[in-house]
Amino acid sequence: MDSGDASGYSAGVDDDYESLLSTTDAELLKRAWRNEKASPEILQHETALVQRSREQIQLMEETVEEFSKNGVDPLTLSLYQMDLDRTLFLLRSYLRTRLQKIENYAFHIQKSTDLWNRLSKQEQKFAERCIDDAEQHLDQSVLSKLPHGFKSHLKQSSLSLADDMVPEPQLDQYVICRSKKFLGSFQLDDSGEEPVNIEANDLYALPYKSIKPLVESGQIDLV
Amino acid sequence: MASQSDNSVAFSAAELEFLAEDEMIEIVPNMRMEPLNLISGDFGPFRPQIAAQVPLWLAVALKKRGKCTIRLPEWMSVEKLTQVLEAERDSEKFQLLPFHYVEISRLLFDHAREDIPDIYMVRSLIEDIKDVRFHKIGTGLEIISKEVTYALRLKNLSAMEANIVRPFVTKALQTFHKLNTKEAIPESGSIPNRQRQAVNQRDKRVLKGR
Repeated sequence: MDSGDASGYSAGVDDDYESLLSTTDAELLKRAWRNEKASPEILQHETALVQRSREQIQLMEETVEEFSKNGVDPLTLSLYQMDLDRTLFLLRSYLRTRLQKIENYAFHIQKSTDLWNRLSKQEQKFAERCIDDAEQHLDQSVLSKLPHGFKSHLKQSSLSLADDMVPEPQLDQYVICRSKKFLGSFQLDDSGEEPVNIEANDLYALPYKSIKPLVESGQIDLV
Repeated sequence: MASQSDNSVAFSAAELEFLAEDEMIEIVPNMRMEPLNLISGDFGPFRPQIAAQVPLWLAVALKKRGKCTIRLPEWMSVEKLTQVLEAERDSEKFQLLPFHYVEISRLLFDHAREDIPDIYMVRSLIEDIKDVRFHKIGTGLEIISKEVTYALRLKNLSAMEANIVRPFVTKALQTFHKLNTKEAIPESGSIPNRQRQAVNQRDKRVLKGR
């Protein structure tokens, strides 16, 4: 079994040439959307995939426009339009799900370079604005009126050792997942519990924390 | 189209339907149409009376305009469904059905009634299967509290079923997991035996490790 240490988000797809050939961008986008929706924390932004999908959408929009000028029959036209709408929905929902997570966990994401680098350039800008706005709002409405030592938006008081006022995603949350391949026995965590046998195409409820590497390497899909 | 679902439930019913609409189904067109080169794949060409494989959303769109008949998938025949229902009643296990069987059958009932022979029979069979399975899910959930469970295998559960139990199952498992791993459990008489054992075992392990 793969130890799942591949850090590249699409490594699992790359090493499997067959599945690469049979997987369309539409499928990949759907998978990225599902994973993003079902995972508690923000995942690596699929920059290349988003870029390709954008190009396809643009191309399709031009095609549809051309069709309507050339008088292609309205049925064909409407089918192309539906396909376009479906892809647009997927892409929008994917990006919006990410924005929602960024809004919720902006302070937390900013603290770690690993998390910060999972965002696209635009998302980083968005996160910065979120942080500025939230800081300003907290300052003006509450923090500036509190006594000295309680003015931080990250800590309850200056006595707190950790940043205890920063919302974090719960990584020990359970998620429902499915693997396309038989993954063999899989150790949940280091607590010495019995390993779980992960069979192909079966659903499992497992702690997100323990299958995180498998999600990142594309060996397991969240559903 | 499907609205954005909030994070704790992961997917809304509309979003699951959206996913189900990508499942392939066989149609028999009654018109001529050139191949469609869509983002989601290439389909066609379409010729009258020649069957073609298309995603469900495409089939429904054509059906709405009266351009095709939809061929009922094999698993939705009265014969197959009767078998599944019997097996479902006889066994504790879940029978194998398409991952999106709830959504697919619903879409076909809504949009392709006249293409389904014995529609009342098929519909009531699907309803019965759904009922039996949901009842099983209900009783099956009891095992979470009976045994110390760290991982739950949901064999043959469909998308809709998994989505419905998700909020409860994930929260319950997480809570049990926490109760069993945190040393914070106070050593009082009120703790059930099993949990105390688990805690003791863990202590031993830590000692060995050192």
